[in-house]
Amino acid sequence: MLTLIVNGTPRNVDVAEDTALLWVLRDHLGLTGTKYGCGIAMCGACTVHVDGLAKRSCVTPVSTVVGKSITTIEGLAANGDHPLQKAWIAEQVPQCGYCQSGQIMQAAVLLQKVKQPTREQIVQHMDGNLCRCGTYQRIVRAIERAADEVGP
Amino acid sequence: MPGAPEQAAVISGSCRGILIVGLLGSMSCAQSPVASRSEAVEAFQTVHTVFMHPRCQNCHIPGDSPLQFDAGVPHAMSVVRGPEGHGAEGLACASCHGEQNSPTHFGPHAPPGAPHWGLPPPHQKMAWIGMSPRELCESIKNPRFNGNRDLPALLTHVASDKLVLWGWDPGGARAPVSVPHDEFVARFRLWADAGGPCPTT
Repeated sequence: MLTLIVNGTPRNVDVAEDTALLWVLRDHLGLTGTKYGCGIAMCGACTVHVDGLAKRSCVTPVSTVVGKSITTIEGLAANGDHPLQKAWIAEQVPQCGYCQSGQIMQAAVLLQKVKQPTREQIVQHMDGNLCRCGTYQRIVRAIERAADEVGP
Repeated sequence: MPGAPEQAAVISGSCRGILIVGLLGSMSCAQSPVASRSEAVEAFQTVHTVFMHPRCQNCHIPGDSPLQFDAGVPHAMSVVRGPEGHGAEGLACASCHGEQNSPTHFGPHAPPGAPHWGLPPPHQKMAWIGMSPRELCESIKNPRFNGNRDLPALLTHVASDKLVLWGWDPGGARAPVSVPHDEFVARFRLWADAGGPCPTT
């Protein structure tokens, strides 16, 4: 039995220690906002935060995050009103939507580290998050909007 | 005595350090004579071979974008060195690379991992891609190049640093460094104990 701290709450899970965090979140804890894309950390759909760091949950053995603070898209903001989530709606970013929680989680770490990123910094930081619908231009605009809302 | 002896019957530098510590000095170590310059220079060729392997040079890069795979192609995802050598502020190396290689059931294409996965820091890039043996030798002995390490510290680094050791156990389909690690360390020690003489080319 492992105890994880997920979105601020201790959660006990009975899983093998080398289970990917992604499957623990989705299948054992019912947090299905985090998506499975490639399974090899190449697409970013599974991005969550571990102690404030963007982490690809599909290649993260659950045993390595015991005792650490895990945040999923469900816990990013209490009412789904994180500046990025609001900007995502304002810019009507998603098309199919599958990659979007990973995009937002990755962008949230960027804005934590760099309050007013340049367009070049946004593109570079988001390069590991793929969108098959090609919503990249709207993703960049939404991040810029959120940065403007939060301010320096 | 005219003509320098090819071998001097003294305890080699790194072994002396071990013996002073007084814990693990082995008889074979204590009995190793210092190699001749020519032997040491020849040993350095092995060091050069190892340092030029993709497992080493993919992150010992002159620019800020690491390489990957045996072919040494640019790392996907616009990965960069970052302010401390551990990736960009919001996309750290540790976002994908763990403390050890991924479990085998994650598949052969899951990212590899080792402790403190990353690149040398930007103020001391330690880049050696394309260097000749002489250039490499002179560079890695230079404290301004090598992270302020003397020869014993360099030996410790190549012998026991966990990220260095990963090069011999890279997991997946990645080619390990072609020279066995113990042979590499022995050749490095021989070269270092002889004072680190550099090849002429």
